[in-house]
Amino acid sequence: MSTSSILAQPKTIAVSSWREEGAKPFVQINQLTKNFGEFSAVNSVSLDIYKNELFCLLGGSGSGKSTLLRMLAGFEKPTSGQILIDGVDMANIQPWERPVNMMFQSYALFPHLTVEANVAFGLRREGLKSSDVKKRVVDMLDMVQMGHLAKRKPHMLSGGQRQRVALARSLVKRPKLLLLDEPLGALDKKLREETQFELINIQDELGVTFVVVTHDQEEAMTLATRIGVMDQGIIAQIAEPHQMYEYPNSRFVAEFIGNVNLFEGTVMGDERDSVTIHCPDSNSMIQANHGISCAPNQTVYVAIRPEKIRISREKPGTDINTSYGVISEVAYMGSQSIFKVRLTSGKEIRVTQPNFARDMGDRLTWEEAVYLSWDADSSVVLIS
Amino acid sequence: MSDFTPPQGLPSKGKPSRLVRLWTRLRTINMGRSAVITIPSLWLGIFFFIPFLVVFKISLSESAIAIPPYTAMFAWNPEDAYLTIKASFSNYLFLFQNDFYLDAYLSSIRIAAVSTFFTLIIGFPIAYMIARSKPTMRTLLLSLVILPFWTSFLLRVYAWIALLKKNGVINEFLMSSGLIDHPLIMLQTNFSVYLGIVYTYLPFMILPLYTTLEKMDITLLEASEDLGAKPYQTFFLVTLPLAVPGIVAGCLLVFIPAVGEFVIPSLLGGSNTLMIGRVLWDEFFLNRDWPMASAVAIVMLVLLVGPIMFMRSRSKREEV
Repeated sequence: MSTSSILAQPKTIAVSSWREEGAKPFVQINQLTKNFGEFSAVNSVSLDIYKNELFCLLGGSGSGKSTLLRMLAGFEKPTSGQILIDGVDMANIQPWERPVNMMFQSYALFPHLTVEANVAFGLRREGLKSSDVKKRVVDMLDMVQMGHLAKRKPHMLSGGQRQRVALARSLVKRPKLLLLDEPLGALDKKLREETQFELINIQDELGVTFVVVTHDQEEAMTLATRIGVMDQGIIAQIAEPHQMYEYPNSRFVAEFIGNVNLFEGTVMGDERDSVTIHCPDSNSMIQANHGISCAPNQTVYVAIRPEKIRISREKPGTDINTSYGVISEVAYMGSQSIFKVRLTSGKEIRVTQPNFARDMGDRLTWEEAVYLSWDADSSVVLIS
Repeated sequence: MSDFTPPQGLPSKGKPSRLVRLWTRLRTINMGRSAVITIPSLWLGIFFFIPFLVVFKISLSESAIAIPPYTAMFAWNPEDAYLTIKASFSNYLFLFQNDFYLDAYLSSIRIAAVSTFFTLIIGFPIAYMIARSKPTMRTLLLSLVILPFWTSFLLRVYAWIALLKKNGVINEFLMSSGLIDHPLIMLQTNFSVYLGIVYTYLPFMILPLYTTLEKMDITLLEASEDLGAKPYQTFFLVTLPLAVPGIVAGCLLVFIPAVGEFVIPSLLGGSNTLMIGRVLWDEFFLNRDWPMASAVAIVMLVLLVGPIMFMRSRSKREEV
C-alpha cells in the first residue's frame, strides 16, 4: 500500500454543501439502531448526507456498515430510529417504492436475462413505453461502454464487465440516491483504480448522491467527498479524507486510516497553542501544536504519521520532538523507502522517506544508529 | 505410437488392420475412465436394453396356448436349411385401430398430467418454505418430506382407502360434525386416483425443487425488489424462471411413473378409471396375451421418451 495514493487530493467539487451552515441534508439518519437478538449491529447512528455527495462508509467486517446500507435500501427494518430521504420518512416505505437503487457486492445480475434485459428490468417496472425503455438502456450501456455486449448473458462476461452492467442497472432508473456495496471489491487492483476514477466521473456527470460501503481505506480516500468510519456499530468519525488522515479523533481512526506511530504519554505542560507531553517510550519530551483540552497529568496518545518523521545520522539541533534508535528493517518500495527504527525503549517506529534522487549515495542501512525528529505541527494528540 | 508392435498372431499388413487400430486405441484409453463408463453401460445394456429387445420381440409374435404363451419368431427348417422369421405387426395394428387402447393412453396421460400439475402447485410452496427456513430447520423439514418412504408404499395407499371409504375416517368426521348428511363418494373415483398420485409422488417434486430454490441467490430477489418489482412480480420474473430446472426435473420424476401407475388406480380407482398400467396388467395376467401386452408396453415407452427428449432439449436451450 503506497502512502502516495492515500494522500491523493480528495475530489474538490464546486459546492461542498456539507461545509455550508444551515444546508439541508438530503439523507438524514437519526439515532438509527439495528439489533440482531442481543447483538447491536448498528447502534444509535446519526448521520447527514448531502446532495451530490459521494459518502463512504468505511469499516472492518462486522462494523455495521453493510447493515446501515441495507436499512437505507429497505432490506432491513431498523429496530429504532429514523431515516429521511429527501425529507420523506422511509419507515413504512417498501424497498420497491424507495427512490433508491443499490449496486450489490455480488452484482446480483439476473443470470437468466441478457445484459440488455437486466438493465431494462427496473425501467419496465415503472411502466415506461418500450421505445423509451430501449433508448434509456442503450444510452446507459453506451455510457458504461457495454453497448457491444448487450445481448450477452451475465455468465459470458468478465468481472469488470459485470461490474459495469451492475452499475448501469442501478443508475438507469435515475435514483436520487445510489447505494454501492463494496463496488470494486471483486476487481483486480489495476481495474479497481481505473474504475474508481470512472465512478467519480459518472457521479459528477449525473449528480446522483452516492453512498459507498467499503472496507478498503485507500478506496474510500480516493472516492469520497466525506468518509464515515464505523466501528462496532457506531460512527467513530465523519470527515473529509484529508481531514480524516491528518486529524483523526481517536487511536482507532488514526490506526485504521493509513499507518501511524503512537506514543502513550502524560501531559506535563499545557499552553495556549501547544502541549508538552512526557512519553516514556520516546527519548525526549514531545511538543505538539494543537487545541485539545486536556489537564496536566492526563494520559494522552501522540500520533505521528511515518512520512512526517525525518531520519538522519546527525543529531538534530533541538532536544524536543527527537528520538534515536537503531534501524531494524529497511524496505525499498521504489517511490519511497520504509524504515523501522527500534528506539532504546524497544518501541518500533515506522518512518517513510521519499526517494528524491536516483542515487542517494550512502543509504541508511540495517543496524545503523539514527536520529528521528519531527515538527510540533506534525503530531496529533489523542485522548481516546 | 510409432514404436507400437502388434501382438503376435494379429495380421500385419502395410496398413494397420482394424483389429490393430482397435488394440492401439484400447491401450491409449485410461483404464479407470473406461471402467467408470463401462459399468453403467453394462448395467443399462443388461437390465434395460436387452429386456427391451426381448419385450419388443414378443410384441411381434402372436398369442398361443403354449409355454411360453406366444409363437416363435424364428423357425429353422433343417431339411431345406430355411430360416423363417415371422414378425407380426397385427398387435400394433389392433392397438391403433381399437379406441380402447388409445383412450387408455390418453386417459393415463391426462391423469398423470393433472396430477403432476397439482403436485407442482402443492410442492412449490413447500419446497420454497423449506429452502427459506433456518438451516437447522431444513434438515428436520426435509426428513419429514422423506419420512413416508419409511413405510411401504402399498400400505400407505391402503391407508387412504380407510380414510376415503364410505364409512371411513373423513366421512365419519364430516357426518358427526353435521357438515354433510350423506357420506361423500370419494373412493373409486378419479378424485381418489388424483389424490393418491399427488400424495405418493409429492416428495419427488419437492426434492428437486428444493435443490434449485435452496441454491438460488437471495440477493437476486433483493435486487429485483430494489429495481421496483413488487413481491409477486419478483416471484414471476426472477424466482420462477430460475427454478425452471427444478420444475422440469420434478415434473419428469412425477409424470413418467404416474403414466404407468398401476397400484394406485387399481386400489383407489373405480371401474371407469382407465389407465394404461391396468390395461397392461389385464393383458398379461387376465388375457395371458403376452404379445399384446408387450406391444402396449412398447408404445407406452415411446410415448414417454417423447416428452423426456422434448424437456431435455428445452432445458439445454435454456442454458445457452
